[in-house]
Amino acid sequence: MSAEKFQNPVVRWIDHRLPVFSMLDHEKYDYPVPKNLNYMWNFGVLAGMALAIMIVTGIVLAMSYTAHVDYAFESVERIMRDVNHGWLIRYIHMNTASFFFIVVYIHILRGLYYGSYKAPRELLWILGVVIFLLMMATAFMGYVLPWGQMSFWGATVITNLFSAIPIVGDSIVTLLWGGFSVDNATLNRFFSLHYLLPFVISGVVVLHIVALHRFGSNNPIGIDASGPQDTISFHPYYTIKDMVGIAVFLLLLAMTVFFFPNAMGHPDNYIPANALQTPAHIVPEWYFLPFYAILRAVPDKLGGVLLMFGAIAVLFILPWLDKSPVRSARFRPLFRIFFWLFLIDAILLGYLGGKPAEGIYVTLSRIATAWYFLHFLVILPLLSMFETTKPLPKSISEPVLGSSGRSA
Amino acid sequence: MAKSDKTQNPAKGDVQEPGRRDFFVVATYAMAGLGAAAVAWPLIDQLNPAADTLALANIEVDVSKIAVGQSITVKWRGKPVFIRHRTADEIARANATDITGLRDPQDDVARAEKPEYLVLVGVCTHLGCVPLGQKTGEVRGDYDGWFCPCHGSHYDTSGRIRKGPAPTNLEVPPHNYLSDSVIRIG
Ligand code: HEM
Ligand code: FES
Repeated sequence: MSAEKFQNPVVRWIDHRLPVFSMLDHEKYDYPVPKNLNYMWNFGVLAGMALAIMIVTGIVLAMSYTAHVDYAFESVERIMRDVNHGWLIRYIHMNTASFFFIVVYIHILRGLYYGSYKAPRELLWILGVVIFLLMMATAFMGYVLPWGQMSFWGATVITNLFSAIPIVGDSIVTLLWGGFSVDNATLNRFFSLHYLLPFVISGVVVLHIVALHRFGSNNPIGIDASGPQDTISFHPYYTIKDMVGIAVFLLLLAMTVFFFPNAMGHPDNYIPANALQTPAHIVPEWYFLPFYAILRAVPDKLGGVLLMFGAIAVLFILPWLDKSPVRSARFRPLFRIFFWLFLIDAILLGYLGGKPAEGIYVTLSRIATAWYFLHFLVILPLLSMFETTKPLPKSISEPVLGSSGRSA
Repeated sequence: MAKSDKTQNPAKGDVQEPGRRDFFVVATYAMAGLGAAAVAWPLIDQLNPAADTLALANIEVDVSKIAVGQSITVKWRGKPVFIRHRTADEIARANATDITGLRDPQDDVARAEKPEYLVLVGVCTHLGCVPLGQKTGEVRGDYDGWFCPCHGSHYDTSGRIRKGPAPTNLEVPPHNYLSDSVIRIG
């Protein structure tokens, strides 16, 4: 990398010894991006932004938060009432957690629809699923920190999942708790890990991006760029497009923070934790509901736990379940129908996870759970064998510029 | 390493014996692995209950003031413990149950040293919620014992699981009678 391209002598001096400016420049101008990306490609940047907001607000919250069973609830109330702008910072942290999941779910669905998990992007996809798992662990432990009734009972139910493991289950649960129930030791270690994991996530995000830049972004057509006429530079074209998405994201986030800050939370978490009384109806945070529905759909304890974790595990092997060489759903008429059915199924599971486990809800949960696994384990493999796909365009430019596609 | 062995000792011919060097390599890795495990263990085991947590592990309860048919809840190791002074009818029903068909078959006599007082850990064996049925007026489920609202487990008057997802009976904590009316739990 030649440092001569920089005008500023200080920049040039630094870049010669530590080529950070060259690296940034390289990402901004030299990195070719398909020219046909739509707004679905905004959500990666939005997820990164949500992570940054979580880390900044979290570090500030930690300055006034006390991780002790006797003080945690009150320290959060103090943040809400007495600490300058504490209410704002906490509401941003709380609601950005929800927005983070909305953004990541759309990001994942984008990948499912356009086949972004297929070769050569399998590891990129798997790193994404790792980030998703880490996010779930982080959010779960964060929700325990305010030490309300939902914090306590959510922690109790979720840690008890591990007691389903034969033989060593109970010892594992005792190890997780550091005692004989969810208690001070549990709260302390959850705080420690809640502080740590977002930085682990940041590390995996870096790997995710390294893997992305190996082959570049997929695109709505799902075919590889055939040359420079199919790509444009990231800056200024996609930085501008991302700004539009960021503006909308921040607008919606601000609206929620200022006008509906508790809409996505549960009122019971404003009742201090009580180890002797379980709330009448316990539910996890909304973003866990589909998985919670799968857990409860199975009448057997171990079976329920295995299926719940299995629902995420199938995502890891997805690149090998869907072997169709055509990536984008645009050219896969049947796959497209099943994609939308899957989305409906996932939303239905989310709805059922929030309902009491009785009567018709249980039956529906079982059907929806069965469909979830059928989709991945049976339908996708069969489709990739028998589906007749539509003809692919010759290049990214062709559908827009006519058959030559070269005039670009 | 094995390769360099081979090139340095062409006299040995084509047959590759595991050389001394290979042995050293394997032994070194094994020692390093043991060392790593030895260092990891304290880091993991510190997660287990600390000495003071273990030391707080027993309590004494005077049960003489519980009226017949009433229950009290005490806290032991951070968990609720149910003590129910059972009525004659409840005891009779617990004994009359044919245990062969139960999910976790256990006789009532094996669960209550003195049949009047039933001592249970008030934690559902499914995923750890506290079942209802302690206070008068609370639902007690289909078998008049306890009912867990979280995912619908029904326990009978002996605290045995009868219906719902819980795999085992409500646990009877280790306890003994210090006198006729004082129980030591833990
Ligand atoms: C992946 C990023 C993160 C996620 C998804 C996340 C999620 C959450 C959630 C869901 C809560 C509960 C909010 C509530 O109901 O009150 C919470 C609380 C908290 N988080 Fe985070 N968090 C993240 C990063 C961080 C970081 C980096 C810190 C820095 C130490 C932090 C510190 C805290 C503190 C002190 C609380 C307790 C105060 C409160 O409840 O508002 N978080 N977090
Ligand atoms: S915790 Fe009691 S039924 Fe699930």
